Amino acid sequence: MRDAPIITHGLNHFFGTGDTRKQALFDIALEVDRGSLTVLMGPSGSGKTTLLTLIGGLRAVKDGDVRILGQQLMRADEATLVALRRRLGFIFQAHNLHESLTATQNVLMGLQVHGAGDARKQRAAAHHLLDLLGLADRCDYLPGNLSGGQKQRVAVARALVSNPEIVLADEPTAALDKASGHRVVKMLKGLGDARGTTTVMVTHDPRILEMADRIITLEDGRITADRRQVS
Amino acid sequence: MSQLLTLVFGRLPIGWLQLTHNRGRFIAAVAGVAFANLLVFMQLGIMGALNSSTVAPYAMLNADIILSSEDGNTLTDGGHIPRVRMFQALGVAGVADATPLYIGNLPFTLDDGSSVSLLSFGMDVAQPSFASPGIAASLSRLTLENTALLDEGTRGMPASVIAKLTDGGRYSFETGGTTLTAIGTMDVGGGFLADGMVIMSDQTFLRLFPNRTSGAPNHILIRTADGVSPDAVVARLQAALPKGNIRIQTMAGSAANDLAYMATERPTGIIFGFGVFMGILVGLVIVYQVLSTDVADHLREYATFKAMGYGQPFFLGIVFEEAMVLAVFGFIPGVFVSMVLYAGLVSVTGLPVVMDAGRAILVFFGTLAACSLSGAIATRRLANADPADLF
Ligand SMILES: Nc1ncnc2c1ncn2[C@@H]1O[C@H](COP(=O)(O)OP(=O)(O)OP(=O)(O)O)[C@@H](O)[C@H]1O
Ligand SMILES: [Mg+2]
Repeated sequence: MRDAPIITHGLNHFFGTGDTRKQALFDIALEVDRGSLTVLMGPSGSGKTTLLTLIGGLRAVKDGDVRILGQQLMRADEATLVALRRRLGFIFQAHNLHESLTATQNVLMGLQVHGAGDARKQRAAAHHLLDLLGLADRCDYLPGNLSGGQKQRVAVARALVSNPEIVLADEPTAALDKASGHRVVKMLKGLGDARGTTTVMVTHDPRILEMADRIITLEDGRITADRRQVS
Repeated sequence: MSQLLTLVFGRLPIGWLQLTHNRGRFIAAVAGVAFANLLVFMQLGIMGALNSSTVAPYAMLNADIILSSEDGNTLTDGGHIPRVRMFQALGVAGVADATPLYIGNLPFTLDDGSSVSLLSFGMDVAQPSFASPGIAASLSRLTLENTALLDEGTRGMPASVIAKLTDGGRYSFETGGTTLTAIGTMDVGGGFLADGMVIMSDQTFLRLFPNRTSGAPNHILIRTADGVSPDAVVARLQAALPKGNIRIQTMAGSAANDLAYMATERPTGIIFGFGVFMGILVGLVIVYQVLSTDVADHLREYATFKAMGYGQPFFLGIVFEEAMVLAVFGFIPGVFVSMVLYAGLVSVTGLPVVMDAGRAILVFFGTLAACSLSGAIATRRLANADPADLF
């Protein structure tokens, strides 16, 4: 399938140089279907985050093909990467909210990257999403006054507010209680069905594994299992 | 404030929100910038006072060209020139008038026992038009033996004396065995070299300075005929007068030379110039420290923005916003405290330390530029890094 949103081919990745050079990924070949929910799992240090950041254009590709939404990332220039990142939604292991912006303002940052736009509409969109994530009464709180799970949900809203074509999530549910974790994943699955949003998520949560369309296991930088399932 | 800035930038005023989020740090940062401003202002103020006190005596004169001895340094620190040059100059086309100017330093003990030194001008009272319009009228009164005009700003001079003089009274004082009587005042302001100034007739001058002769004044002042450019007459004088130990300059040129000499060849000028340089350097370091710490502290958040697709112009926008906020908020207390300290300096030293608009604007834009540059340098680390490496 040529138009798969995520395609990697012969992807290797190294950290460090000389004696400290260490290979983190070996010959990763991957095609992810549009609208699917793919889970990446594997032991700590197996290269999950590395793979996710390469796919998201957050790390320079050094060796191999990575084609995201039709864009080759190998040797891509900064402008190309910036343009690509705007089409993606990244949910980080740590929430990384901006401490001096309220929940709403943090979410707005996800919209304003596309330009100023209609401030009222943007605000409404941000509130709607925060509401869906159960944060209606926390819109004007600064991150410092939110719990870990609430912060993580704000980060989810920030990633989703601009309707990204691909969502990359690195253990997004780690800080969430079961109910909210479930809600977030259901939301992502719903977006996949409704808009064709493709999600790749690192997680070990068994309840999420059940909902995944595909589960890929990484070990020592290699794909050791790749299982599709009907959910 | 926040909403105003949202309108100005067309985006959330992240720089402002970020700076003010931590009030204590914001105050520290503003204090740092204000202190940097204060440092530069103080140094510039002293430097400015040196400059204006260097050229202040020129304001007492009214001439176009000045002939001086080659081995003199400045107007008040000069050698002698033969008076015969004056007669030769009067024969040059374009020269309308000429007069000798005698300059000396008069030591004098105040009533309270402290000694001051008065810069003394001896002028031909028959040619009052060579004195500035403000004092020309008083000059003719100096024909009276041993009378003088006294600088109102003379350091250590009791205010009652000055008040008495401006009311038309007189004030006599003993100097070098002669009694000199001040019969009027003029406003020069204390300088770096002397504590004040007196103007007297050339006759009185020669009595007070017995080792000076009328044939060897310090300078010869020349006024050109109406409509003749002083520069052209300078060239003519240079051709006409005998070569050797004579410097022919326009008054403006001579003042400019004095400034350059004081700034580059006198220890005071060099020290104050160095002070300005150090003030700017320390100011730069403080401002850079404030901005780069702020950027470093928010690197993770910036990296997240970068991961979301924000480019370098966005980050430069944030630091310029911060630079602007810091420059404005630091400038206001900086300029205010400086003016208070200036006033203190004036009352203690009598030096003409004043805040002028040009200097204030210069320091403000300098601060803005320093803040912006520091911020831009601090964001460079962000520009070259993969966002994933910054988390
Ligand atoms: N910036 C880096 N510099 C050097 N080595 C790194 C860097 N980031 C990751 N590594 C190494 O690359 C390997 C893969 O790391 P990665 O973070 O991708 O693992 P992970 O599967 O996400 O682990 P975890 O489950 O702990 O998050 C590890 O051996 C790690 O030590
Ligand atoms: Mg990881």
